[in-house]
Formats: sequence, structure tokens, C-alpha cells
Amino acid sequence: MPTVGVKRDLLFKALGRSYTDEEFDELCFEFGLELDEITSEKEIISREQGDTKASGASDVILYKIDVPANRYDLLCLEGLVRGLQVFKNKLEVPRYKRVSPLSGEPQKLIITKETEAVRPHAVAAVLRNITFTQERYDSFIELQEKLHQNICRKRSLVAIGTHDLDTISGPFTYTAKRPGDISFKPLNQTKEYTATQLMSLYKTDSHLRHYLHIIEDKPLYPVIYDSNGVVLSMPPIINGDHSKISLKTKNVFIECTATDQTKAKTVLDMMVTMFSEYCAQPFTYELAYRKEKLSGKFINQKVGINESTEKIAHLLTRMCLLSQATGAGDEIEVEIPPTRSDIIHACDIMEDAAIAYGFNNITRTTPRTYTVANQFPLNKLTELLRQDLAAAGFTEALNFALCSQEDIAEKLGKKISEMRAVHISNPKTAEFQVARTTLLPGLLKTIAANRKMPLPLKLFEISDVVLKDETKDVGARNSRRFCAVYYNKSPGFEVIHGLLDRTMQLLEVKPARGEGYHIQTADDSTFFPGRCADIFVRGKNVGRLGVLHPDVINRFELTMPCSALEMDIEPFL
Amino acid sequence: MADTGVLETLLQRVEKVDDGVDSLAVATSLGVDHQVIVGAVKSLQALGDVISAELRSSKHWELTEEGTEIAEQGSHESRVFSCIPQEGLAQSELMKLPFGKIGFSKAMSSKWIRVDKAHEGGPRIFRTVESIDDQVREKLLLVQKGHSTQLEEKEKNELKKRKLLSEVTVKSYWITKGNSFSTTITKQETELTPEMIASGNWKEKKFKPYNFEAMGVAPDCGHLHPLMKVRTQFRQIFLEMGFTEMPTNNFIESSFWNFDSLFQPQQHPARDQHDTFFLSDPAHAHEFPQDYLERVKKVHSEGGYGSQGYKYDWKIEEAQKNILRTHTTAVSARMLYKLAQQKFTPVKYFSIDRVFRNETLDATHLAEFHQIEGVVADYGLTLGDLMGVLHQFFTKLGITKLRFKPAYNPYTEPSMEVFSYHEGLKKWVEVGNSGVFRPEMLLPMGLPEDVSVIAWGLSLERPTMIKYGINNIRELVGHKVNLQMVYDSPICRNPPTHF
Repeated sequence: MPTVGVKRDLLFKALGRSYTDEEFDELCFEFGLELDEITSEKEIISREQGDTKASGASDVILYKIDVPANRYDLLCLEGLVRGLQVFKNKLEVPRYKRVSPLSGEPQKLIITKETEAVRPHAVAAVLRNITFTQERYDSFIELQEKLHQNICRKRSLVAIGTHDLDTISGPFTYTAKRPGDISFKPLNQTKEYTATQLMSLYKTDSHLRHYLHIIEDKPLYPVIYDSNGVVLSMPPIINGDHSKISLKTKNVFIECTATDQTKAKTVLDMMVTMFSEYCAQPFTYELAYRKEKLSGKFINQKVGINESTEKIAHLLTRMCLLSQATGAGDEIEVEIPPTRSDIIHACDIMEDAAIAYGFNNITRTTPRTYTVANQFPLNKLTELLRQDLAAAGFTEALNFALCSQEDIAEKLGKKISEMRAVHISNPKTAEFQVARTTLLPGLLKTIAANRKMPLPLKLFEISDVVLKDETKDVGARNSRRFCAVYYNKSPGFEVIHGLLDRTMQLLEVKPARGEGYHIQTADDSTFFPGRCADIFVRGKNVGRLGVLHPDVINRFELTMPCSALEMDIEPFL
Repeated sequence: MADTGVLETLLQRVEKVDDGVDSLAVATSLGVDHQVIVGAVKSLQALGDVISAELRSSKHWELTEEGTEIAEQGSHESRVFSCIPQEGLAQSELMKLPFGKIGFSKAMSSKWIRVDKAHEGGPRIFRTVESIDDQVREKLLLVQKGHSTQLEEKEKNELKKRKLLSEVTVKSYWITKGNSFSTTITKQETELTPEMIASGNWKEKKFKPYNFEAMGVAPDCGHLHPLMKVRTQFRQIFLEMGFTEMPTNNFIESSFWNFDSLFQPQQHPARDQHDTFFLSDPAHAHEFPQDYLERVKKVHSEGGYGSQGYKYDWKIEEAQKNILRTHTTAVSARMLYKLAQQKFTPVKYFSIDRVFRNETLDATHLAEFHQIEGVVADYGLTLGDLMGVLHQFFTKLGITKLRFKPAYNPYTEPSMEVFSYHEGLKKWVEVGNSGVFRPEMLLPMGLPEDVSVIAWGLSLERPTMIKYGINNIRELVGHKVNLQMVYDSPICRNPPTHF
């Protein structure tokens, strides 16, 4: 969820009144925002870098507001204020229009086919006759940054460039060239560099180095020129210094280059609609308004309210969706402005009606859905067994499903290649290399972490392990296991064996070869030679028990003898 | 038990008086150590209400070892005085005596003696007065005879400073008759035995009272894990509300079911390496319902079912990528798809199981946690119904004050965060997330258009940590668990009233 920082006093000035912190928090809640923190630049610097660095920083109060991830129109002060003012009926829904330049000739951005392999899409617009102040300018830069971090996915999907139109001349060309053939003076540098040089220059730049990978290994780099061959930008990395905007800029040329055309348009719409209010003719910009028709009944039924068509149209208008009853039955025509790229279905419109109505004003009702509850049989068996295993004197442990390769292989005296383990491709640490194929390592680690506890330690766990299985659509399946360990001064094989007998008694399996259960000697490198047996139930091997091998005990940093049992419980369903 | 003789003697003493006796006085008069009497008092108390004994403490003055010596032989200075003959004594001779040094300086300051330093054969000491009055000795004798009250405080403190007197605290019992006073002692039995029951002679016996202040012997038992105890309660609540449990025993999921089927676009940040665990082996899922997959592809890339779609190039390669599921909603999607393949009947589903996130870990976040999820599918469900169901669910947890905040989630619209009023913190705290599944998710599955599906979710760990007062999640989940905490944790009658 993106967070927007706005100066409180500036916000209240724009809203035309002041609020107590509680009142503003309440307004946010109703509108679906969250007043996350009340702070100041000074406080932030002092917290992050210490008090000394903070001295002299501004102590103007900042509101940090959490904005829903799909509401790009609320990522700056201008958009927030506009949304809230319309919501509170204090402002009419703005109408965004395009104006033609005095010359009558619109600017052109020509896209060449060389861009196809690297960054195929570009859109552009001009904000005419804008007046910047320091605050507006800061907000303009901040919005670009917020968009870059969110919808633009760190510039990989879309990158924004803004330019002082009066320093350049159209038509503009968006093309792609070999890095060695691109040369210009980048923003805030004093001399020209080739694109190749720039890439190594920015390797150490704390901000820009994160974007280099987007084009780094491409044969051609994207670049935008004006009609005189001046470089506007080399997206998505850096703009040229020549066309940089300042407080004095009157006409802003905005270009968005992208790998996703839909998102490029959304981003351009955001930049222009948000700042068009500072143009001599406010809110003038060309724009794709879309109209949707839906019925009042649809809204009433989905939300669970009973409002007139007119009232619903009014609710929607308060959410910047200019709406009116068409007069044909309960039909409502809704106009989706370019600022609301999040509205893609009638259900999005319905939600806005519900928000404007107030979620907490909706009557809470009980659906009459009649159903009979059923437990998942495997979970039912697990629940019942757990109770009785605890009653048998064993304590339940709960271990992670993810672990290291070492845990399930080397430490148990096995080879990882022999385990049917699923492997994780992007673990941040060794603890998350594989999904466990056995519950035993988790229980042994639990004992190791609790060696100070009085002996004996008797633990069990019933949980899932994960095994590769070609017959499943994803190539793997869970297997529900029961594992128990006994840790004491003597191995206590008879204790674990007794627990197996008790478990079989609970599961109504009698001790007998053939139709019952029996154990028979087995070889397993995890166990002490001659002290390991396979468990057979109705002729099928379901698990193993035995005294652990001293090497295994050592590898888990334990010092006492230990016996263990692990078996599948799914055959007992 | 103390010697029966002493016990009976003590009881006889107590019988003779009306108001009681002091244990110290009894010890003195019997000529035994005080501790013997104290032991007798304790033994008699253990017999029941034979006597009552009140602990008293008193302070009194006692002579130190040095003080006792002085009381017998006189003060150092007086002994110096008396050993000096008429013709005087050489100072070197005097200093050889054990009391010489201290006695000399005291006698000098009392002007009882003088030193002739110029005397032939070294300094010599002579008496200066005829007789002396050894007051120190007299004072000490007074104290020794128990008349210390005749001395002034100042005098006593001075003697204390000279380490001749010390003040001691003495604890003694004031012993009076108890309700069942008797001068004879019956031997008490400790436990009822089978023989006593058989013979019936328990009727004549007296039994030693139990100490009800002591703890009992801890039973030898196993224990259930606290998180699982809370899980059982949540499971019970869903079952009471008529919800059927979903089969969530599949940790490995394809991106298709985990994201694409939920209308979560392929460039969504949740699908990043930073947030999700991807598999290298088996890296891909290989089997999908083909028709459904085509419908999902279409609704993402072109829209349909009344939706604009996301208008991007949807790739099967992304959908095939295997992951550790990031939510149990992947299972809900499979269940709803399955439901859509039959003639529709309303359902209520729930699950509580593990989910995995490749996130940064801290005291409250692990890479895996348990998600609690509830889903209801029926014709014409409203947002009001969702809030009503949530109200019933949370009421069963003891939470009745709820309110809802608009939120965003890629697969629900509307989406609501659920807040409950925390009486302790005096503020609203988030307790879960909820919403109505988007038509772009449900219609491609083949569910009827007028069916709505409402759902909500919360984590199991958070309420458990609050219920059992655990601050670090590692003490609760995983091998670093504190087994003592597991042994000691109470039953979970209700999940916590406040999260």
C-alpha cells in the first residue's frame, strides 16, 4: 500500500478547513484511506540518522496517508484534496478537457520501429500555461516518483520524462540506438557522456543503479530526440539536462515510454489530470472519458440497500464518477474520468456507491444459505489422533514446513538426491531451501532448543510433508505424517514401540501379520544398525521406527540416546 | 518431633496459668536451650489446635565476651591501678600485661596514675590517688543482673561503643491454651491405610493435618500445542456455523490457481521474487483445465464478462510457474471452479492452513503462517450479508463491536478491512480482511451470473500470540518454541476477545 506524505497545514488550506487528528483519521477511514502516521521531516531524519543530522530540518507537521494500491489518483496532495472535497460535496467533479495550442498544430511524438525490441510503447502530452510554485513543483516531482515506484513497477513497465517545452521543438522522435551512438549531457551533469559511459557512471549512483538492468544488456537503448537532435531523455534511466523543468517552466512536455501500453496511458493521464488544475485554463487536457450504464437495482441488490436512482447517481458523483439517472427505468449513466483507471467493471462502480453510502451505514443481514457442515476427513482423523497422543503423554510440537537441504539429508545420513524433495529457487536464507520430506528433523531441532528441560522429552507432531509426485498437476503433493521422538538417558525403544501399539489400538488395527500390523527389521542410515524396523499395516509399509544413529544425534547437537517413529496416516482414512 | 517429655512438661506449665507463658521464661526455668522449647511449640502446633502460640520479639542488653570478663575481674584501668605498688612499676613491665595498653590510657585519662619519664632505669608509673571507684564494672554488673533499665541510654551506648555491651533481639512465643487443649499427646497418623479401612480403627485415630498451602505433584502428561488449541476453536466455530472444511493439503500450487484464476495480473508485485517462493524443482505445473485457462487468459488480456480487463499480454509461462501457495484462497478458487462444474448449490467453506511468503522476517512475521479463511457462495448475497456473517463469526470470538473500512484487493470488490474496538487500547484495531469475489474471477469459472461469493480471512498466529501473551512469534511456532510455555498454557475455551 503506497504512503503519501503531505504537509498538514497545506492540506487543510486546500480542504478549506482544519481538522483535529481524530476527525481527519475518521474521514480517512470512511473514504478508505488510513492516517498512518503524524510526523515531521525533523522527526523522520532524527529517527533514521540521529538527532544531530536532524537539527535545522523542518518541523512542519506531515501526515503520512496510506492509499489503496489501485488509486493512483490519490498519490499526491492535489488528487487527495480533489477526491475528499468531491466526497464531502464541497467541489464539483472536475471535467478534464483538451485545449489546442494557439498555433492550432498539436505536438507529435514519432515512434520508430527500432524501439520494438526494447521498449515498444510511448505516449505524450503537454500541460500548457502552468504556474509552478515551490510546493507545486515538489508535489509534481513527488508524484512522478510515487508512480514510478508503484504502477510503473520501478520504471520497468513505464518511465516518465518531463521537459520544458519552450527549450525544445517538435516533432519529437522516440527511437532506439546503439549505446555508443547516443551522446548527451544528462540531468545535473556538466558534460556530455555516451550511453555506454552513463551506464558505468550510474553503477554507483544510489538511486539510478536500480534501473540500469532494465536496458543494460539490450543491443539498442531507447532515446527521444527533438527536431534539432537534442536528446530529451534516455528512458527509463535519465533525462537530458537541456530540457529540464524549473519553477519558471510554463509549458511542460510529458512523455511516458513503456512495455505496457495500457499502463503508459494510465500514468500519462494521472500526471496530466493531477496538475492541470495549475494551468491557466484548469483541468484542460484531452481525455478518454468512458461511459457505463447500469441499473439502480444492480447497485441496491449488490450492496444490500434500497435507494432511489437519483440518490445512487448522487452517491457515485461524490466519488468523482459523474452520474445521472437517464430516465429510462432505473438506468444510471456513469462517466468514468481518466483519473479512475481502477474502474474496470460495474462491480467497481458498485463499490464506490457503497463507500459513498458508508459501509457502516449498511444494514447487516444474515444470508439464509442452508448448508450442512462437513470436516475434511484427513483433518478429522488428525484432530482425533492428536488428542489421544497427548493423552498418551507426548507433547505436540509445531515445526516449519520449509527447511534446509542439510536438515532432511546430510544430518539424517541421507543424500539429497535420494529424497523426493521440492526445491525452492529463490530462498533468502538456507532455512528455506526445500519443503520438508520428513517431520523428524523439526522434532530433533525442537529438542535441541529445549535441552534445559527435564528429561525425558516426549514429543510428537502430525503435519504435512511435501513430496514430488508426477501424477499431480503441479508435480508434487502433501503427505500427512505422524512423527514421535523419545529423548532420555536410555534409548527407550520400548516407549516408542509402545506408542506405536497404542496408535494402532486407536486406529483399530490388531497386532498380526497379514491383516493387522507388525514390524520387521530394516536398514536405514538414520538409525543405529540393528535397531530399526519397518512398520507394516495390512502388508503395506507405512513408516519406520528405531533408535537414532549416534551420528544423527550429534549432527542435531544432542547428547542423549533417542528413539523415533514416523509413519503415514493417510492409509488409515 | 520433639521429645514427648518436653512437650508434656510444656503443656503442664500452660495448664497452670490462665493468661499464658513465655517460651523464653519456660526455657530458663527448665534450664534448657530456648530452641528446644521452640521445637516443642512447633510440634504441638502441628497436632492441631492444642495450643496457640503468638510470636513476640523483644530487645535486651547483653554483655559481650569482653564485658563479661570485666564484670568478673574489673575494668582494664582498675586492674592497671591495682597492680601498681607504692614504689611504682616500670612502664615496660606494665605493657607486658594483657590489659596493660588499654588500661594504661584509660587510667591516665582518669588521672589515677602518672608517668615519671625521667626516672632512672626508664619511665616508671606511680599511683596518684589512694583508691578508685570502678564504675564500668558496676554498670556491667547491673546489666548482668538484668537491671539494665537502671542505666541511662547514654551510658549503655557508651559501653556499646567500647564493645562491652550489645543489644540483641530475642524471639519467643507467648503460649496459651488452644481450643482442643489437653495435657496428653496422641500420636497422629499421616495417611489413611487399607488396614484402617478394613479394621475400622480409623475412627479412633487422629490424623495429621495436611498443608494446603503447598503445591500438589504435577501430573505426568502430554500437552497440545497452543496454536493448535486455538486452531481447534476456530475450526469448531466454523463447524457450528455450518461451514464445510476445504482440502488444503497442497502447499505447492501453480501461479495459475494462486494468482491468475483470482484475476491477479501477472505484473502484480505479489508475484515478485521478493514476495513469493518459486520452485526450481518441480518448476512448472503441467496440467490445467484448458477451456477455463483460455477464459482466464481472455479476461486478463482483453476483458469480457462486463470487464475492461487489464489489457496486457497474458503469458502461459507465468501461469505455469510453481510456487509455495501465498494464500489458501488458491484452494478456494479450485473449490469454486469445481462447484461451477456441477449444478449450482449454495456452499459455505472454510479452511485453516499454512501459507508461505518470502518476506522480511521480524518478531511477528515468519516465512510461513496459518491463514483462516471463510467463503460463502449463494444467489444474491449482498455486502450487508458479508457484514452480517462477519458479525456472527466475530461474536463467537467474543468480539461484538465491528466496523468496516474500504480497502483494495485485486480479487475482491468491494474489499473491506474489518476493525474491532479494543477496550484495553481504547481504539479500533484491524482483525481481518474481507470482500466479495470479482465477477472476472467467478464468471470464467462458469458460476451463474447471479451468484455472489463473499469471503474473509485472518491469521491464526496473531490471535494466539495475544491469547497466550507471546511477543516473539519464534517462541510459539517452529523448533525454537519454549516447551515450558507449551506445558503451562491453559485450554482455549474462547479464542481471544481482543486481537
